Amino acid sequence: MTHRLRLFLMLAPAVAVIGLLFGGGLVFALMRSLNYMPVIGLHDPSFAAYHRVITNPDFLWSFLLTFHIAFTSTLIAALLALAAALLIRATRTGRGLVAFLFQLNLTVPHIVGAIGILYLFSQSGSFARLGYAAGLITRPADFPALVFDPAAIGIMLHYVWKEVPFIGLVILAQMQTIGTDHESTARTLGATPLQAFRHALLPLLLPGLTAASIIAFAFAFGAYEIPALLGASYPQALPVLAYRSFTDVDLASRPDAMAMAVIITCVSAALIWAYTRALRAMVRA
Amino acid sequence: MTVLRRVALGTLILWLILPLVPLAIWSFAKGWRFPALLPNEFTLHAWHIALSDRTGALHSLGLTAAIATLTTLIAVLIGVPAGRALGQHRFRGKAAIQALILAPLIVPGIAVGLGLHAVFLRLGLTNSIPGVVLVHLIPSLPYMILVMTGIFATHDPAFEWQARSLGATPWQTFRHITLPAILPGVIVGALFCFLVSWSQYILTLLIGGGRVQTLPLLLFSFATSGRNDLTGAIALIYILPGILILVLTARYISGTHPALAGVSRT
Repeated sequence: MTHRLRLFLMLAPAVAVIGLLFGGGLVFALMRSLNYMPVIGLHDPSFAAYHRVITNPDFLWSFLLTFHIAFTSTLIAALLALAAALLIRATRTGRGLVAFLFQLNLTVPHIVGAIGILYLFSQSGSFARLGYAAGLITRPADFPALVFDPAAIGIMLHYVWKEVPFIGLVILAQMQTIGTDHESTARTLGATPLQAFRHALLPLLLPGLTAASIIAFAFAFGAYEIPALLGASYPQALPVLAYRSFTDVDLASRPDAMAMAVIITCVSAALIWAYTRALRAMVRA
Repeated sequence: MTVLRRVALGTLILWLILPLVPLAIWSFAKGWRFPALLPNEFTLHAWHIALSDRTGALHSLGLTAAIATLTTLIAVLIGVPAGRALGQHRFRGKAAIQALILAPLIVPGIAVGLGLHAVFLRLGLTNSIPGVVLVHLIPSLPYMILVMTGIFATHDPAFEWQARSLGATPWQTFRHITLPAILPGVIVGALFCFLVSWSQYILTLLIGGGRVQTLPLLLFSFATSGRNDLTGAIALIYILPGILILVLTARYISGTHPALAGVSRT
């Protein structure tokens, strides 16, 4: 067997599965969004669905809300994860426990975390009860709306809970490979601890931190079940809006759902581009 | 400073387990109304119902496990050779193939699932377990390939050449040289695949059409029905296998293992 044939046979099943299922799914979403499906007699592609979607204020609000959810939660999670990783590196007692809890958190499915956030932060949840016991509120309605709220605070709380361990583990793994030599050198040359962190450690961590944050952002931007459970009825997160249009009794709204799927894919494509750049920077570092 | 550090660490630990606490308490609670901080009475009632036939939780548990196991098996069979090709060989088009394999990790399931639905409908794969297994491969196979790429990048093929030159058959070489070297990586990759499939929601909902009622779908419907005690019990049943896997394999998943190099590098 020639070398090239062997390589082909090793890669063909993987490329076929991902190419056909993943690529096929995207191609069909694109065709359907353009209302172009020769098999079922649709021969004239048009941008009508995109026009409808983009000029619809519901969509614009959904898009902005979803971007806000993903951006804000990822930024907070990245900062907290960095702080947590530095804290874990500096402590002896309890670091094993935190590392274990980080991994444990990775195994907990999102829907479970989201339900936990619901029971903690709803107006009759644990924190509302604590508020009542402390005399801060007298009835559930006095507690601020942190879930089902238009500002999507509950959704972001969930993502922060889930993303801090994910980003934190990536940073910890990187810290392990980087070691403390760079910082020690900086310190012996007269740098303060803050300067050593800012100029010696942070630049080396940044590519990995960026790569992990992009994955977290992409997930928060495209996830359905968390905003479906914790979100307000208006505005809805983009994946929820797309799913509701898809399952609408009016079949004419299906191309609109597909157009939203394509728009979500375009955002993801930009993220993939940024991600590969971060990876390349990481390999160089 | 050390006090501040301890408070911060304590807060972090508390925050990490906090969302799971009300779920656990609810599962043993009897009528836990506002503003009671803790239930007046504890009971195993919710667990009895959750583990009986009435909720379908056990059926969903078996179904979710079967789908995740099948998905993982296929991903191992396809992912190991692909990881070897990508980890040990340079060839034209490699960057494009790597980008293709990476893409499903970032492009959300809803974008792919909406498009695939029409195709699967035509092929008779909607509302069926094989259809759900196939779509679960989309997010899980890339993890397997990434882990195996990392493993094979550090695996020295010279051992295999030596075994072959000493007269071992290809199968013997694989069985006694390659497999022991890559096994930890295969286990880590398989666990990732299993957990990705185990946690999958939207692809199951779209392609399974609500007929393939895996645990996350069941849990969602209980969470929105207001039965907090049953939701808590089913949620705990749902996270238990993941915790078990973690405890049993902690030694493979320490940050230093080469199997994680591929993942942390990505």
